Amino acid sequence: MDALNFLSKKEEVEKEINELKSQIEEKKRVLETLVSNQNKHNLTNWEISRYSRQILVPNIGIKGQESFKNGKVLIIGAGGLGCPAAQYLAGCGIGHIGLVDYDEVEENNLHRQLLHQENSIGTSKVRSAAQALRSINSHIKVDEYPVQLNSLNAIQIMQSYSVVIDASDNPSTRYLVNDACIMTKLPLVSGSAVGMEGQLTVYNYKGGPCYRCLFPDPPPPNTVSNCGDAGVLGPVPGVIGTMQALQAIHILLESEGVLSSKLLLFDGADTKFRTVKLRGKSAGCVVCGENPTITRLIDYEQFCGAPANDKHAAVNLLKPEERITVSELRTALKEKGKPVVIDVRSKTEFDICRLPGSVNIPLADIEKQSAQNTLKSVISKSPNPNEPVYVICRRGNDSQKAVKKLRELMLLNQDFFDVRGGLHAWARDIDHTFPIY
Amino acid sequence: MMTSECMPVTLEFGGGAELLFNNLKEHELQLPNSRIWTVRELLIWMKDNLIAERPDLFFHGDSVRPGILVLVNETDWELMGELEYEIQRKDKIMFISTLHGG
Ligand SMILES: [Zn+2]
Repeated sequence: MDALNFLSKKEEVEKEINELKSQIEEKKRVLETLVSNQNKHNLTNWEISRYSRQILVPNIGIKGQESFKNGKVLIIGAGGLGCPAAQYLAGCGIGHIGLVDYDEVEENNLHRQLLHQENSIGTSKVRSAAQALRSINSHIKVDEYPVQLNSLNAIQIMQSYSVVIDASDNPSTRYLVNDACIMTKLPLVSGSAVGMEGQLTVYNYKGGPCYRCLFPDPPPPNTVSNCGDAGVLGPVPGVIGTMQALQAIHILLESEGVLSSKLLLFDGADTKFRTVKLRGKSAGCVVCGENPTITRLIDYEQFCGAPANDKHAAVNLLKPEERITVSELRTALKEKGKPVVIDVRSKTEFDICRLPGSVNIPLADIEKQSAQNTLKSVISKSPNPNEPVYVICRRGNDSQKAVKKLRELMLLNQDFFDVRGGLHAWARDIDHTFPIY
Repeated sequence: MMTSECMPVTLEFGGGAELLFNNLKEHELQLPNSRIWTVRELLIWMKDNLIAERPDLFFHGDSVRPGILVLVNETDWELMGELEYEIQRKDKIMFISTLHGG
């Protein structure tokens, strides 16, 4: 056989093989349809076996599993809430899961965001979580949106889904997700957690209220606590995120038990669950009411007066000459004997790490008489009571607030300086052995 | 004050609002029974007598600041008449600061 002859013969046989293969696939499909027609459902034997333990639950059954297979759930945030929510939904066999998060995995996420691994630090959270979901269940579709959700992309991303889970970490994103859910007519499972507490409710479901019906005005930015400042214990968002998955399931099943017009409060400190009754949809709501004035997405960072993340922006409350750098602080500590250094972080933070000789007066207490008495006594006992007092905190924001307050409160002839960049700058520029949290 | 002249009321704080009230989640009060107490009057009383620090983080005008949910006996105060609700003996009033973290 010459070369040309060989090649054309080979091609012919390969073509036959491919045809036979596609015939086999076609026959398999015919068989599956035959079997499922006989069974009156469209689950394969493999799916029945894989999901048998939940299909056996009467609330789920074959019909429920079919709803899961056809279910499309979008999760905003792949963090402490989003990880457990996504993990359970993938396990259940929800056919299509979308993940939105612009952020990257940080080491301090790993205690609670359990889809991410040590070797994913520095990589996209969405990528890392999606890989974990695919290894839990290779038969579902996982869409990755490694972007900041905003007024331009929200509707387009959300349109492909039937339920939205808000697992974000800031009010700006929460208002954005709420408004976009109203505009796309999607139910919204909203969860949140900080410290030892969590909250859970469902908005925009069968005539129930939306986030704005409950909270027409955004919270003042200085009242919003986040996990980076107040801390959070892993199982607490774990509980809420898991229940967000359960709420999404209730919605897919169209079953009772959807937390619409109800708010679940979880207190992990004294192990209490409470479900309270909320108002219904508000006729005057600007987005879901009878005469909505918000019919397109707006600028949510402007509306809330805060960025759509839980990161820290440096504030500038003091003039440059009212502040010192960490190296100036080091010089002062070396040369001036024992200047007074006031650390205005919380006691919990002060217990983590502190500058030697510094005195803890938390910012929250600074207006209290007891705090001022402590301060006066520390100043009067210091070797150089006329020297300036240095005020330090974690990042150099609270220390500025403290200096402003102290200037207002103390009628003494006392100079106060805040330390730029706080203990983070100290650890970075002066003492590499100083812990960062 | 005699018990009969007092009206027992429980206040509960959550979501971080307790931090402004001596870090106590539950406060048992005995309000003088000499007059009718609405939530509006309770808030004034709390401002004068109960809050331990930074009242601007809790109150706003004659109400609470945006982001604090008020519940009367585990029901949204909006369904109960908000500021005008007349407090009854043994009522439980909750002030929950909404959480945003995750
Ligand atoms: Zn609404």
